[in-house]
Amino acid sequence: MQMIEVQSPTSSGARFVNIGERTNVTGSAAFKKLILKGDYPAAVEVARQQVENGAQIIDVNMDEGLLDSVHAMATFLKLIAAEPDIARVPVMIDSSKWEVIEAGLKCVSGKPIVNSISMKEGVEPFLAHARKCMDYGAAAVVMAFDETGQADTAARKIEICERAYALLTGIGFPPEDIVFDPNIFAIATGMEEHDRYALDFLEALKVLRVTCPHAHFSGGLSNLSFSFRGNEPVRRAMHSIFLYHAIPAGLDMAIVNAGQLDIYDAIDPVLREACEDVILARRDDATERLIALAESFRGTDAKTEKEAEEWRGWDVSRRLEHALVKGIDMYVVEDTEEARAALSAAGRRPIEVIEGPLMDGMNTVGDLFGSGKMFLPQVVKSARVMKKAVAHLIPFIEAEKLPGARAKGRIIMATVKGDVHDIGKNIVGVVLQCNGYEVIDLGVMVPWSKILEVAKEQDVDIIGLSGLITPSLDEMVTVAEEMQRAGFTIPLLIGGATTSKVHTALRIDPAYEGPVIHVLDASRAVGVASQLLSDTQRDGFVASTAADYEHVREVRAGKQASILLSLEDARSNGFAADMREKAPAPAQPGVHVFPEWDLADLAEVIDWTPFFRAWELAGTYPAILQDEVVGESARGLYADARAMLDRIVGEKWLTAKGVVGFWPCARDGDDVTLHLDDERNVRIPFLRQQIRKSRDRANYCLADFIDPAGDWLGGFAVSIHGLEPHLARFQAAHDDYNDILLKALADRFAEAFAERLHAHVRTTLWGYAAGEQLTNEALIKEQYRGIRPAPGYPACPDHSLKPILFDLLGAEANAGIVLTESQAMLPTAAVSGFYFAHPESSYFGVARIGRDQLEDYAARRAMPLDEATRWLRPNLD
Amino acid sequence: MTATSQTAREALLAAAKERILITDGAFGTEIQNYKLSEADYAGALTLGHDQKGNNDILALTRPEVPEAIHRAYFAAGADIAETNTFSANRISQADYGAQGLVREINLASAQLARRVADEFTAQDGRRRFVAGAIGPTNKTLSLSPDVNDPGYREVDWDTLVDVYREQGEALVEGGADFILVETVFDTLNAKAAIMAVREVERALGHEVPIMLSMTLTDLSGRNLSGHTVEAFWHAVRHARPLTIGLNCSFGATQLRPHVKVLSEIADTLIMIYPNAGLPNELGEYDEMPATTAGLVHEWAAAGQVNILGGCCGSTPAHIAAMARAVAGLTPRAVAVPPVVTRLAGLEPFTLAA
Repeated sequence: MQMIEVQSPTSSGARFVNIGERTNVTGSAAFKKLILKGDYPAAVEVARQQVENGAQIIDVNMDEGLLDSVHAMATFLKLIAAEPDIARVPVMIDSSKWEVIEAGLKCVSGKPIVNSISMKEGVEPFLAHARKCMDYGAAAVVMAFDETGQADTAARKIEICERAYALLTGIGFPPEDIVFDPNIFAIATGMEEHDRYALDFLEALKVLRVTCPHAHFSGGLSNLSFSFRGNEPVRRAMHSIFLYHAIPAGLDMAIVNAGQLDIYDAIDPVLREACEDVILARRDDATERLIALAESFRGTDAKTEKEAEEWRGWDVSRRLEHALVKGIDMYVVEDTEEARAALSAAGRRPIEVIEGPLMDGMNTVGDLFGSGKMFLPQVVKSARVMKKAVAHLIPFIEAEKLPGARAKGRIIMATVKGDVHDIGKNIVGVVLQCNGYEVIDLGVMVPWSKILEVAKEQDVDIIGLSGLITPSLDEMVTVAEEMQRAGFTIPLLIGGATTSKVHTALRIDPAYEGPVIHVLDASRAVGVASQLLSDTQRDGFVASTAADYEHVREVRAGKQASILLSLEDARSNGFAADMREKAPAPAQPGVHVFPEWDLADLAEVIDWTPFFRAWELAGTYPAILQDEVVGESARGLYADARAMLDRIVGEKWLTAKGVVGFWPCARDGDDVTLHLDDERNVRIPFLRQQIRKSRDRANYCLADFIDPAGDWLGGFAVSIHGLEPHLARFQAAHDDYNDILLKALADRFAEAFAERLHAHVRTTLWGYAAGEQLTNEALIKEQYRGIRPAPGYPACPDHSLKPILFDLLGAEANAGIVLTESQAMLPTAAVSGFYFAHPESSYFGVARIGRDQLEDYAARRAMPLDEATRWLRPNLD
Repeated sequence: MTATSQTAREALLAAAKERILITDGAFGTEIQNYKLSEADYAGALTLGHDQKGNNDILALTRPEVPEAIHRAYFAAGADIAETNTFSANRISQADYGAQGLVREINLASAQLARRVADEFTAQDGRRRFVAGAIGPTNKTLSLSPDVNDPGYREVDWDTLVDVYREQGEALVEGGADFILVETVFDTLNAKAAIMAVREVERALGHEVPIMLSMTLTDLSGRNLSGHTVEAFWHAVRHARPLTIGLNCSFGATQLRPHVKVLSEIADTLIMIYPNAGLPNELGEYDEMPATTAGLVHEWAAAGQVNILGGCCGSTPAHIAAMARAVAGLTPRAVAVPPVVTRLAGLEPFTLAA
C-alpha cells in the first residue's frame, strides 16, 4: 500500500500533508551550508526541488546561531516569492523565535502556517502571538508545551492541547487554523520511560481529534528514530511504520522527506515487526531486539540521500549534451570520466568522448547559436563546460601517445602588437571552440613575428587578428605584409571594434594575396571559418569576398571625396565660443590623486548598455532585460554580472585608481598652451574639422573652447587594477565565461569611474557646476556641462597625445597606468582624457583632414611627417 | 451619521439581503470632463510640483468637483460612494510633493462624500454609505522591480502599514463607514492594508469594516503578485471583510468566470465593479452603458453578486443603467462553505478539517 497519499494541493480536502523539510537549516546540513555561505540561488533551487518532488507545503527554518535569522528568513522568503514554481505552495514559517516568524510573516503573500507558538512562556505571550497570526492571516502550529514543560505522556498531551484549543477559540482563532504538534520523541533509547512515547502520541491523537474539532495534527518524524542515526534503512522503516499507524489515528501533517519513506508492505517483514514492536511498545525487549536487528540492515541503503535531478538519470551521452547545452559544469568531469571509462572498457579511445558526445553537444550549441536560439553568454558557458571536459581527457589522450583527432580546423587568435584589448578576441575564440575548431590563443600585444612563427610551427589553417584602438589597424597591415613576404597563403581574419570592411578592403586585403576577411562580430566567425575550411565552399566564398572588397575599392576610388576646406578656411569657420560664459578658475587647482575610489560608489553608476553590447546582445538597458528575443539571455548574464559585482565590491577584488589635474592655459590658434610655471609651458595641438559644412555650421577644433585671454584645461586618467589573480583563477578552471565577465565588468568600472570623477570635478574640484543634480540616466546621456574627450577618439584622434597628458598627470605614478608603443593603456580597463568646461563645448568628430593640416600639425607637434601620418592615418585619405 | 441605531455594517448587510446594491463609478474620467488646468488642481497650495492629474487633491483645491461627481452617482442610484482617495497616500502623493497633505486630503474627501451621502439619505430615508478608498500605492511588497535582483523590494511591510494607516485613520475620522482596499494587484499589499485597518480599529476602539477588491492582470485570473482568485480569498479571509470582489482588471465579459468562482467560495458579500469594457486603440473606454448593464445583469440574474458598480471608463449613465438592470432581482445568498483549512501560496490549498 501507499504510505503517503500525496494529493494535488488544489484538490479540496487533502488528507495528509507532506511538508518539505529540506529548506530547514536545523534539518538539512546541505541547506545550512548554502545559507551560511550566502548562496541563496542554490538554496532557492532546494526549495524548487522539494516542490517538484511533491512537497505540498515547504517548511522554512533559519534557526542557526551563526545566522542573522531574521534577515535570512526574510531574504529567502522574498526570493522564493519570485519563483512561481515554488511560491505556488504555502509556506510554513518555522522558528523558535517570534521575531523571526514575524519577519517572515511580513514577506509571505499567501496564507502561511506559523511553526510554532506555545504556552511555554505563559498564556499571555501565547495569545499575543495567536492574535498576531490572526492579524497577518496565518494558521499556526501549536506545540504541546506549557509553563511546566513539554507534554510527554498521553494525558499531558491531551491536557495541554485541549487547554490551548479553548484559549484560542476563545479569542476567535479559527479552529481549522490550529495545527497541534503533540511532540514526537525519540524511542528505543534504552531508557524505559521513553518506551511509550510513540504510543502515547498515537493515543493522544485519538482523543484530541474528537475533543478539538477542525484542528489538525502534525509532528516532526526525525526525532522518533534519533537513536538509530546513521542507520538510514532502520530510520526509514520506523518513520514509515509510524505513519502507517498515526495517519489513521489522526495525524494529517508531517515534516518529512517524502523520498525517505518506504512502502509499508515493502519493508522487510522482520524489520517491520521489530519496528512495530518498538513503536507500539508491544514487548519489553522490543528495543534490544530492534538494536540487535538494526546492525544487519545498516548500509543496505541503496538510494543516495540526494535524489538526482531527472536529467542525472539519463545515459551519459545525453547528460553530456544536456550539460553542454545548458552550460552546467557541476557534473561534467564525472560524466566525462564515465563516458571515457565506458569507451575504454569497450577497447575504444578517450578521444572518442570528444568526437562523440561532446562534439554532438557542441554541435547542438552551435546550431542553436547559429539559428539565433541561443546567445553569446550561454555559448560561453557551454564552452566552459566543454573546456573542463576536454581538460579532463587530455591526460588520457596524451598517455595514449596517439595524435589527437584533428579538429575542424586550427586557428590562431591574437591581439596585435601595441594593443591590449582581448574581450572580443576571447569571445570569438570561445565561439570557434564551441563549434569544433581548435583555437591557439596567443594573447595580447603579439608581434607579427610570433604570429607567423606559431602559424608555421603548428600548421594552422587560419590566422585571426584583433584590435580595438586605431593604431592596431596599421599593425594589422604589417602582419598582412609579413605574411605575404613569408609566403603564407592561409586565410587572415580581421576583427575588433575599430576594424571595418572598408579598412580591410582598402588597406589590408591589398597587402596579402591570401584570403583576407573582415569578420563583423563573433556570431559570424563560425560561418566564415567553416566556409574557408570547406573543400566545396572555400573557393566560392574567397572569390565572392575578394570581389566584394574590389567593389569597395572601386566605389571608394570613384567616389567624389567630401570636399575639404583649406586649413585656413576651416580655421576662419571655427566655432566662436562666447568667452564671457567660460568657467571660473578651478576651486582646487593642481593635481589630485585618488588611490582607491570606492567600488560600491562606482557600481551604482555603471552604464549597462555597453556591457550587453560587449556580449553581442543588442538593446538598451534596462529594456534589454525584457527583450523578447535576447531578454532571457540578458537576464541570465545580468544576474551573473550582478553576483560577480557583489563579490568584486564585497571582497575588494579590484582597485580603482585615478588622477585629475587642472592647469592654467590659453588658446593659441589650434593649440592650447598650458602654463605650468614660469619655466614650463606645454603645448597641446588639436585637430580641426576640414570637411565643408552645410549652412552656418562651424568647423570645430577643441581649441575653440579655450579662451585666448586665459582659461583652464583639465585632464584625467583612471584605471581598474587587480584583475590578474582572478583571471588566473578562472583560466585555471577553464572558465572563459567568468574571465570575460570580469574583464567586461572592469571596463564598466573604468567608464563609471570616469563618469563619476567628471561629476566630482564639475561639482567640487573645478566646481563650475556645484549645484548639479543628475540622475544616472541623465549622466549616461551626458546631460551636463563640459566634455571629457579622450586622445584617440573622434574629437582628438591622435593617440600620441596620451604621453603628454600622462606626463602632466603623472599618470603612471599616480594611477598606475602605462602606455604601450601604440599608446594603448595598461591595465586595459582605463580611461583618460581632457576636461573642457566651457558650456558650449561639445563632442564632435574631426573626420578626414587634408594634407595641409597634416603638415601643419606635424610641425606643431614637432614630429616627423611620416610619424604624424602613421598616427593620423584613419583621418587621412 | 444618520439617525439609526444600526451600525454601518449591519445596515449594509440588511440592505444587501433585500436587493442588489449599487456602488459608484469612475472618478478619473468624470474629472476629465471638467478640463481642469494646473492652476485648478494646485489652487492656493504651493507645493512646487505640477499638480495636474492629482485628482485626489481636488478635495482641498476644488472640492465642488468631487462633490458634484458624488452627487451625480447618488442621483444615478448608487448606495455607496467611494471616496476620491485612490492615490491619497504618502507614496503616491510624493510624486506631487503633496505627501504632507495626505491627512488633509483624506479627511476632506471623506467629509465631502459623507456630506453628500447624508444629504441623499435625508431626502428619501434610504441609507447611503461612504467607503473610504485605499489604492495599492505604486509600490509592491511581493515583487522586485529589478528582475535580476528578485530579493529586492522597493518598500517594506512596516512602511506600507504606516502609509495605509495614515490614510485609513483620516478616512474614518472624516466619516467613512468602511475602508475599501481596492485594486489589489499585490496580495501582500492588501494584507498590509488589513493590518493597518486593524491598528486603526484598535486605536479607535471600534470596528472598521473592510471591503476588499482584487484586480486581475491576466485572463487566467491572477493578480500581479500571481494569486488566483481563490488563493487571494484564502490569503485575506482573516480580514473578515464585509465585501470581497473584483474591480478594474478587464471588462465585465472577461471577469465572468472569476466572479463565479468567488461567488461560490466566499462567505461574505460579493462586490464587483468592472471597467466599462476594454479600452479601444486610443485607450478610451467606449462600452455603452446599456452594454455594461447587460453584462452585469447576467451575474445578478445568476445570483452571483451583492453589489455592483463601475471602474475605469464608467459614468453616472453606466451606474444608472446598472441600477435599472438589476432592480428587483434577488441578491446572491451568501455562500456557506464547509469548515476546512484554507492556506495559500499563489494557488489555494485546502485541507479537510
